[in-house]
Amino acid sequence: MEATHVHGAGHAHGDDHAHHPKGIMRWITTTNHKDIGTMYLWFSFAMFMVGGAMALIIRAELFQPGLQYVEPEFFNQMITLHGLIMVFGAIMPAFVGFANWMIPMMIGAPDMAFARMNNWSFWLLPPAGILLTASMFVPGGAAGTGWTLYPPLSIQMGIGMDMAIFAVHILGMSSIMGSINIVTTILNLRAPTMPLMRMPMFCWTWLITGYLLIAVMPVLAGAVTMILTDRHFGTSFFNAAGGGDPVLFQHIFWFFGHPEVYIIALPAFGVVSHVIPAFARKPIFGYTSMVYAIASIALISFIVWAHHMYVVGMPVAGQLYFMYATILIAVPTGVKVFNWVATMWRGSMTFETPMLFALGFLFLFTIGGFTGLVLSNTAVDVQLQDTYYVVAHFHYVMVAGALFSAFAAVYYWLPKWTGHMYDEKLGQWHFWLSIISFNIAFFPQHFLGLAGMPRRIPDYALQFTDFNQVSTYGAFGFGLSQLLFLYVVLKAIRGGEKAAAKPWEGATGLEWTVPSPAPYHTFEDPPVLTESKGHA
Amino acid sequence: MSEKRSADNRRVMVRLLAVAGLMFGFGYAMVPMYQKFCEVTGINNLLNADDPLRNTQVDTSRTITVEFDANLHGLPWSFKPGQTSVAVHPGELVHVVYRVSNTRDHPVTGQAIPSYGPQLAAAHFRKMECFCFTKQTLGAGESREMPVVFVIDPALPKDVNTITLSYTFFEVAGTLAEPASKPSRPGA
Repeated sequence: MEATHVHGAGHAHGDDHAHHPKGIMRWITTTNHKDIGTMYLWFSFAMFMVGGAMALIIRAELFQPGLQYVEPEFFNQMITLHGLIMVFGAIMPAFVGFANWMIPMMIGAPDMAFARMNNWSFWLLPPAGILLTASMFVPGGAAGTGWTLYPPLSIQMGIGMDMAIFAVHILGMSSIMGSINIVTTILNLRAPTMPLMRMPMFCWTWLITGYLLIAVMPVLAGAVTMILTDRHFGTSFFNAAGGGDPVLFQHIFWFFGHPEVYIIALPAFGVVSHVIPAFARKPIFGYTSMVYAIASIALISFIVWAHHMYVVGMPVAGQLYFMYATILIAVPTGVKVFNWVATMWRGSMTFETPMLFALGFLFLFTIGGFTGLVLSNTAVDVQLQDTYYVVAHFHYVMVAGALFSAFAAVYYWLPKWTGHMYDEKLGQWHFWLSIISFNIAFFPQHFLGLAGMPRRIPDYALQFTDFNQVSTYGAFGFGLSQLLFLYVVLKAIRGGEKAAAKPWEGATGLEWTVPSPAPYHTFEDPPVLTESKGHA
Repeated sequence: MSEKRSADNRRVMVRLLAVAGLMFGFGYAMVPMYQKFCEVTGINNLLNADDPLRNTQVDTSRTITVEFDANLHGLPWSFKPGQTSVAVHPGELVHVVYRVSNTRDHPVTGQAIPSYGPQLAAAHFRKMECFCFTKQTLGAGESREMPVVFVIDPALPKDVNTITLSYTFFEVAGTLAEPASKPSRPGA
């Protein structure tokens, strides 16, 4: 397995093999950024499978109108857990995994700044994942509020809600510790010859994402703590019976929730900013404008939160402010999309799997961005709020955006991690199956939403049947396609064509100067950058 | 890792932890901030009673002048509006009176027929209460104040700024046996 390879490389390279224990204790006690990155990625994939299975239960129930397979209460729990698990268990840990693996190698650091804390950040995740999944089996079942945990329902539910709150606390702690680690690593451990403005783009996106996480995860922790004390300790933050206001929760939640969108999207932007230049064989177009675009997206993301709540009874002035501020985000995002397209302009492009996923990202994320602009208009949103149009919109951003970018990252860096090339043909199959089934699953949901089908309801009116059936076929196709992904990754771990230190002709950056697979310890002495090794 | 580098790292960590701690506090600070904000702007004040009930469909951006006119057709009565005109907003409920007195020495029965100028205003002039809905019988020398309660429909075309409401009283011949014509038919 991969472990053996990495381990073997460590022996070949290092002098400290006596330091780390064997077997399971090696993984539990490891402080090595590559081990921890690997664990993050496997945890993320396991959660992706769990959350995906829940999505398939949802889609199976929605295959026909009426109630077929599950009770409405259980349907709501699936909706909630699918959202929480995919956001906090799958997508975020995946990008933290990439950060752990790649950032020290990209900036020429020997490891993360706080190696022991890094181990803690990871090992907080499995308990949180277990709490979330186990909450299905307690009396009353899991939280059925949707991932947004809105009161009053979240104040009324059973013990499963407490487990979800505790899981969110743990996940938040893990994220904050991970972010502090990443930010400190990037600020303090860069090779002495690497100024911030020559840093690889993935590091830039993670530096800013780290700051976002440190700023907003505590706000979410505060919000769920208030729910907890409302439930058990007699406070009335949101409990209207005691003078609280449920709408206050929505303000606090979305003050976290909107930056969270960019916490997920920015590292995805970072990955794409590596993959597109590598396969277009041109440096990224407009490096400086990319950095400023990331920073301004992050700043604006703090002042637009109430566009998620246009219908709570906001005054028109408030609606207009949040509408214009939201539309403003399209400007820096447009700069980024323009720069990616300009990078490809007259490039010598080839279309290996990472590039295919990056292009799939570019195309579908832009569609998701456009539907986001549609929804940002108050007058339109009043009609579309809580319909399948919203579901389609954020799945284009989260799945075709973040997840496709994560696939691009895995295929791009897999040779560096395993020392073997993945099976290119199967990788391309995975891409085409994914992108086609994704669109079959989610494109019809736009139409369902426009026709007025509400989200988070297990039953629907007869006229929505056809599009729902198409969507369910696509969802099952998409789910099954991911088993092919697992197979491709396992195959590359077990063997395959030997990968060169730099398997991609157009790739740049320090990570490609170390052998493949990357030795257990890299850059014990900081490298000296030459002009050509600058930003990736 | 050198001592200096660890110290640097620790300093960054302490600062970032302080930011995280402050933001946790900020989450709680949003509670009073939100209450204060709603109090100052008057949004969502749950502790005060709601505003008294009122008709929210009054279009205060428009003012319509309604002029009143009174005519008699072969009746020995005196018939006058209590006011020559009123300024009203569309959607607003308006009360006006007409004064009528019988100058004869025996009872007379009459029926008032309304008409409107411009005529297209008739469809937007909604009378809730009107003496014209029924026949009026006045005893010898009797005087009365008769109410008209109406609302001008906000859908009234924008170019109509003045409406004239004109009543004409006709003597109803014979006895009560003859049915009255439908009172609110415009221009009849």
